[in-house]
Amino acid sequence: MRFAFTDEQAMIAETANDLFVGEATSERTRAAMADAGCDRALWDSLSATGFVGVHMPGDVGGSELGMVELAIIAEAAGRQVAAVPLIATQAALSALQADGRADLIERVLGGQVATLALAGGLAPHGTIADLFLIEQDGGLVVADRDAVEVGAGVTMDQTRPLAQVKLTGAPIATLSAKALDVAKHTGWIAVAADALGGAQACLDRTVEYVKERQQFGQAIGGFQAIKHRLADMMVEIEQARSAVYWAACAVDEGAEDAELALHSAKAFAADAYATCAGAMIQLHGGIGFTWEHDAHLFFKRAQADRTLFGSSAQHREAIAQIIGLGAIAA
Amino acid sequence: MKLGFTEAEEAFRVEAATWLTAALTGPFADVRGVTSLVEMPERRREWEKYLAASRWSCIGWPAQYGGRDATLAQQVIFAEEYARAGGPPRLNHLGIELIGPTILAYGTDEQKARFLPAIANGDHIWCQGYSEPGAGSDLGGVRTKAWREGGDWVIEGQKVWTSLAQFCDWIFVIARTDPESVGSKGLSFLLVPMDQDGVTVRNIVQMTGESEFNETFFDAARTDAANILGEPGQGWGVAMALLGFERGVSTLGQQMGFRNELDDLIEAARANGSAGDPVIRQKIAQAEIGLRLMRYGALRMLTASADGGSNPAAFTYKIQWANWRQSLGELAMEVLGQAGEISDAHGEYAFSRLPHLFLYSRADTIYGGTNEIQRNIIAERALGLPREARTRAK
Ligand SMILES: Cc1cc2nc3c(=O)[nH]c(=O)nc-3n(C[C@H](O)[C@H](O)[C@H](O)COP(=O)(O)OP(=O)(O)OC[C@H]3O[C@@H](n4cnc5c(N)ncnc54)[C@H](O)[C@@H]3O)c2cc1C
Repeated sequence: MRFAFTDEQAMIAETANDLFVGEATSERTRAAMADAGCDRALWDSLSATGFVGVHMPGDVGGSELGMVELAIIAEAAGRQVAAVPLIATQAALSALQADGRADLIERVLGGQVATLALAGGLAPHGTIADLFLIEQDGGLVVADRDAVEVGAGVTMDQTRPLAQVKLTGAPIATLSAKALDVAKHTGWIAVAADALGGAQACLDRTVEYVKERQQFGQAIGGFQAIKHRLADMMVEIEQARSAVYWAACAVDEGAEDAELALHSAKAFAADAYATCAGAMIQLHGGIGFTWEHDAHLFFKRAQADRTLFGSSAQHREAIAQIIGLGAIAA
Repeated sequence: MKLGFTEAEEAFRVEAATWLTAALTGPFADVRGVTSLVEMPERRREWEKYLAASRWSCIGWPAQYGGRDATLAQQVIFAEEYARAGGPPRLNHLGIELIGPTILAYGTDEQKARFLPAIANGDHIWCQGYSEPGAGSDLGGVRTKAWREGGDWVIEGQKVWTSLAQFCDWIFVIARTDPESVGSKGLSFLLVPMDQDGVTVRNIVQMTGESEFNETFFDAARTDAANILGEPGQGWGVAMALLGFERGVSTLGQQMGFRNELDDLIEAARANGSAGDPVIRQKIAQAEIGLRLMRYGALRMLTASADGGSNPAAFTYKIQWANWRQSLGELAMEVLGQAGEISDAHGEYAFSRLPHLFLYSRADTIYGGTNEIQRNIIAERALGLPREARTRAK
């Protein structure tokens, strides 16, 4: 039993945190938001450090690590609400890997952006993607940009703009049902980890704020109504952390309960994030409601994490079926 | 980062499970599946001794005191297998989980030699004398007094909510030994035999209809001067350290019991058709998630303590399981509907497992530190927020 990071994993976490804290600054994220929602320079750094293909094999240029390491990186990105297409690209890479498409993996690891649109869902960062994986007939079709029609409007979370994508030309590949499955698995872990990082940032930043902000002649962090709400956030976050790393380990180890772990992580972490981001705004008072303050970046990302690759309710319904509750009554 | 246990640990699991199954289907089949804290106390006392005879009682303790020097992982595994085999609540829970480890940490060699083997072999069953009518969350308000008289400590005062005192041989008490002191200063931690004229136990009936806890009166009760843990006046530190042991290995065994409760609820939902209701399904799935997260949270916490450190997540654990279990009780009543409100115990005020859970779990967010106190601890110790003002009129 050793349910904690190895030394190597702790080092990856530190490196990833340093990188995102250094590069995914509020300023740069806001510049990306005003543009197409992607910080290209940051994306290049992530590609260069091998973070994008952390879970890909060595012979195609990956780092040969697993879901735990991928979660570590996604968590660090989420902590800074980084404006990069990390999640969908990593999910797409898993699908390509499942069907042995080394040629396409190399394109992505070379710096291209891949995105994934599940049935009925929108493609994150669709407007800037180079490679599109679209759910169709129980599998995935892969298409280049010139074979898809991309419809985009203004997205609530400007760090992850969504686009409606439609296949209009010939796909360059079709992928199996298994590839679709692993794309989902990676996607769920990455979203859950993003949510965990975001929730933790909401807590950390709010704790800092309430220690400084004075009202009634004292730091507001001394008021029990505030302390208790922050304590509740920590209770949620620690559960979310267990969920994310349980799921990541379960997939890496091929554990029996991996499916259950994945649905649990996605539903629980995304909901915890939403709770924490809402509390962050509340506990900051008026400043928390401004465009200028970063609180809304977290709040909007939390909402986006909740709906990306299936809602919390859908994931809980999947669990209901796994644990033998049968079908919903007609 | 790993989820599973090693092969050697899994071999230990088989050994423990085999022994437990044999015991709980053989000579102790009658206590198997007992969940109430107050049912069959005499048989459960025998069960403590039976466990001890094969040294399965306090496996984490040093062999010298009746343990097995078991690793943390082995203790976790044993706790899981104990619950899986349907082992009854340990009558000596407070002795094994709380006072034993505290004596190991703070006791003199003589105290260890005197008290630990007696806990390990099932001779001494212990209870906890902390709370008083005027001191619950605020234990600094303790008024029970003690003073030296010859070779004894003499104790005068009243404790309340003393769980299982009616079955116990010894009680650990925090008492004010410096009459001039206030708050956490001037308190001492005393080990007191129950079987004497100066100690009176009076049952209190709980909202479940059962009597698990009691009022305990000390009327010139006595204990040997040697039976003080730590220095006179320094009892607060010992008392607080003991509370730290409440978040121990037993938490994982506890979860196996929670698993059984959730399984009962799922069974009930399937039996009466409410499992098909989308709202109920969402809530049951959420309960399933919560249970799993408790397990992996506990594993993270235990990994940290096996590494010799601590994990701030440990502070969140009490509130997590207490809330989970209370919600499960409420969900159980939602699943059972009105049928859950009528007792099937032939005229007695006694309810079967799920309705009993609904009632009993109101205590989960109170004992062992209320949710509010837990939140204060998280905010102050894990998040570093300003401490609450602690003033007390003298
Ligand atoms: C089933 C059961 C078994 C028990 N067994 C034992 C036992 O074996 N031995 C023993 O010594 N005790 C035992 N207890 C007692 C238990 O530890 C106390 O009930 C608990 O510590 C709360 O104290 P209290 O009842 O005096 O409530 P109070 O402390 O009066 O609390 C009342 C309310 O005020 C809140 N509150 C109090 N202080 C604060 C604060 N600073 N900030 C915010 N809110 C606050 C509490 O959270 C609670 O909601 C048991 C209790 C129960 C229910």
